[in-house]
Amino acid sequence: MSSTGPGANSGKIEEVESIVIRFAGDSGDGMQLTGTELTRAVALSGNDIATFPDFPAEIRAPAGTTYGVSGFQLQFSSSEIFTPGDAAGVLITMNPAALRTNLSTLEPGGLLIVDSGAFKKRNLQLSGYEVSPLEDDSLSGYQLIPVDMTRAVTVALKGSGLSPGDVQRCRNFFALGLVFWLYGRDEKREVESIRAKFRARPEVAEANVKAFKAGHAYGETTEAFKSRYHVPAADLEPGEYRNVTGNEALATGLVAAALLADRRMVYASYPITPASDILHYLAAHQRYPVTTFQAEDEIAAVTAAIGASFGGAIGVTGTSGPGFALKQEGVGLAVMAELPLVLIDVQRGGPSTGLPTKPEQGDLLQAIFGRNSESPVAVIAPARPSECFDMAIEAVRLATQHMCPVVLLSDNTLANGAEPWRLPEISDLAPIEPGFRTDAETFAPYLRDPDTLARPWAPPGTPGFEHRIGGLEKQDVTGDVSYDPANHGHMNAMRAAKIAKIADRLPPVDVYGDAEGDLLLVGFGGTYGALRQAAQSLRGEGHRVGHAQLRYLNPLQSDIDEVLRRYRRVLIPELNPGQLRMLLRARTLLDLEGLNKVDGTPFMVREVVEAARRLIGPAAAKELRA
Amino acid sequence: MSAVPGAGERRYTKKDFTSDQDVRWCPGCGDYAILAQLQKLMPDLGIAKENIVFISGIGCSSRFPYYMDTYGFHTIHGRAPAIATGLKLARPELSVWVVTGDGDALSIGGNHLIHALRRNVDVKILLFNNKVYGLTKGQYSPTSDVGQRTKSSPSGVVSPPFSPPALALGSSATFVARAVDTEVQHLQQMIRRMAEHPGAALLEIYQNCPVFNDGAFAPLKDRDTKQDEVLMLEDGEKLVYGREREKILKLDPDRLVLVPGRVGDENGAIEIVHREDAESTMLAALLSEHPRPGFPTPIGVFRSVERPVFERETLAQGEAAVAAGGAGQLEELIYAGDRWRVSSS
Repeated sequence: MSSTGPGANSGKIEEVESIVIRFAGDSGDGMQLTGTELTRAVALSGNDIATFPDFPAEIRAPAGTTYGVSGFQLQFSSSEIFTPGDAAGVLITMNPAALRTNLSTLEPGGLLIVDSGAFKKRNLQLSGYEVSPLEDDSLSGYQLIPVDMTRAVTVALKGSGLSPGDVQRCRNFFALGLVFWLYGRDEKREVESIRAKFRARPEVAEANVKAFKAGHAYGETTEAFKSRYHVPAADLEPGEYRNVTGNEALATGLVAAALLADRRMVYASYPITPASDILHYLAAHQRYPVTTFQAEDEIAAVTAAIGASFGGAIGVTGTSGPGFALKQEGVGLAVMAELPLVLIDVQRGGPSTGLPTKPEQGDLLQAIFGRNSESPVAVIAPARPSECFDMAIEAVRLATQHMCPVVLLSDNTLANGAEPWRLPEISDLAPIEPGFRTDAETFAPYLRDPDTLARPWAPPGTPGFEHRIGGLEKQDVTGDVSYDPANHGHMNAMRAAKIAKIADRLPPVDVYGDAEGDLLLVGFGGTYGALRQAAQSLRGEGHRVGHAQLRYLNPLQSDIDEVLRRYRRVLIPELNPGQLRMLLRARTLLDLEGLNKVDGTPFMVREVVEAARRLIGPAAAKELRA
Repeated sequence: MSAVPGAGERRYTKKDFTSDQDVRWCPGCGDYAILAQLQKLMPDLGIAKENIVFISGIGCSSRFPYYMDTYGFHTIHGRAPAIATGLKLARPELSVWVVTGDGDALSIGGNHLIHALRRNVDVKILLFNNKVYGLTKGQYSPTSDVGQRTKSSPSGVVSPPFSPPALALGSSATFVARAVDTEVQHLQQMIRRMAEHPGAALLEIYQNCPVFNDGAFAPLKDRDTKQDEVLMLEDGEKLVYGREREKILKLDPDRLVLVPGRVGDENGAIEIVHREDAESTMLAALLSEHPRPGFPTPIGVFRSVERPVFERETLAQGEAAVAAGGAGQLEELIYAGDRWRVSSS
């Protein structure tokens, strides 16, 4: 966005590479819906997208308060992008509280559209403004466009029969209409979408359509905007795409894994933010071989999943940090019983209840070490929302073929963030072959496969295989209870070696950018976008920079040591105080640097770039360029 | 038991259900008698051995699966009903038994027990109640009596005990019964009844712990006292007991309590007939109240009703969806929703 002031509406359309837009309003103002609708529209017209829903844990905090503000940030672009953007070029606020809490996200000179009708005495008081910011010059550094949306929807919906409260709840569609005009997006398709979305309440659907059209018409007649903007379609890899959030991709991947394994999946879960959407999605897919079970608590969820795995199904449980803590004894049982178990942890801010709707990566060590005694499990982490699909399948593959628990670490940015997903060819998805045993003659419950060290999976119902397993230490091969010291030592070593051996089948570390050089950025999970974009910028400045987002955290890939040694410095940005760095330092004895933040917000690209520059220095860049 | 694949031509004996593991309970433990009854009864049930699963939590009783030559899973403290629920969702055709104790089921695992019963998961829960923690060496349990002196209650327990049948009835259980470890024929009859019950079945078994709470149920077992101390519940019968069957429990309609009296005496109370399938749980609930001095302890079936079974209902929803729309395929799963195509430029 240009930072020059608003001017006459000349009907001019300016072409720009990308737009970062942020909606902010009360929790009840429908900002998430508005953001999602715009995301869908721009994705369908071929832009690359990345989103960041930023909402409070309260469902609907008192109207007009700052703690009830809900935001949704979207970047859409004609080039490949990896983050929702550091700062918004456009901010749309529905009330003073939203302005107060979100103004800092708007870049200087950015376009600021406010519902001026909401700037009344009480709202101003609630958000701590003594004087309306629309009336002093505190917003002079932005292109302020006050639009009385409150009044506009009242006029547009006169005679609709809706209550005044319901009329005001259409303001978000007015704002959306205005944005559609501003960016020249397909109005008709959106009208259809609104009607489909509110199918159950046609009167509300029509009101929203009217509000949307009124917003669009407002844009056409106002002279407040100096230009409209066009973001051309992105040059994405050829293929078929759909827009997907991490949770949706993850759930889709789980269903796909059940189909690929030709086994029933039992997904047992207890509702918890931000993992519940996975349960909702799976519960809605009843035609697929997935049974959902909303358990009485987190412990029942993990143990029911283990019971399902014992029965030969694929047992999966999903949760977030506090729920994971409760499940850990159950995970330990799956370690001892050597049964497949997939545990999805959509990480959120902690400790304790913490920040349920904010991103953090504090559960890495909990995943690897959070159980009593030596209790090794595999830990993997998707890096992008769409990749949650592939990693869900990978989790099921590892769990069933290696007979072990697999923790899939997602996080709040992945779970709720959206991006275009290039849909895989069905024929490219490899079947999962769970190693069921059928030869009773040679069967022993803890007789291991020499390659994987996995014990056989022999579910009840198989004649001649009747056997007992449990949480007490087992005698090697026979599975009888054993207190023998030598056997316990051996079994501990076997359980560790079984997980370590997974590394044999992992691909090499995927490095973007320079294969060696000044700096390697290393991360995991949802920080991918910020690190990738930062690596790209630093390379643009002339630095020799690589970026590796680790998908496998336990075991680490075999070439990790060698990769880290190819760079002069290594920077590990994490949304925790340095958990991955601790693991990598312990493994390599290298002096790896960290960039750490635990404030419930994702990394800005700028933060990573600045930290990298501090580490490798501008001088190095000059030398390289020379 | 029609739902469980049968043994077909195979005929089993007790030996087929006896594993090769040495039994490690204390001499004189009531668990031996219960194990023997199970091993003896199993061949009669006509279920294929490979389709039987014993699941337990933690505690003395929870070692049970190791001694049964069936599939078995000795899990973690209190969680057996949840493990069994997951197993039944995966494999509804299996005959799944949960073996648990008063600490395992009613203390650490109370939440799972009530929900398994409420949902009516088709699992058979054998609750060994010895009113004490045995494996941790003698602390009081949630069924210990007020005043009971244990290692962790040297001056006596202060909180009232759970009555497991009352808890089960309050959880909408469809089959609730009580037996005594040494009354082996009745015990076997109760186990058979629960095996035949389609749905969740809870059997509380009074079990003597000779080490930490010996004689806890002595009055119910002694030849001299038991006929006055035990009320044997019979479906369709009045609540008559006593050496000469001269005693009766009747309902006082004003106070809504059961009162003991003598057969034929008029005390203003109403004679009632025990019905296992009564619409209301009220009378069963009165009977399940924790035994009080002067009252006999009811033994037998408190309640037996039929209600849809959780895992069958759950899976039926999926089957109905498949019947209506066909089994879901990868293609439609992935290629769903609003999509667009990017062509190579």
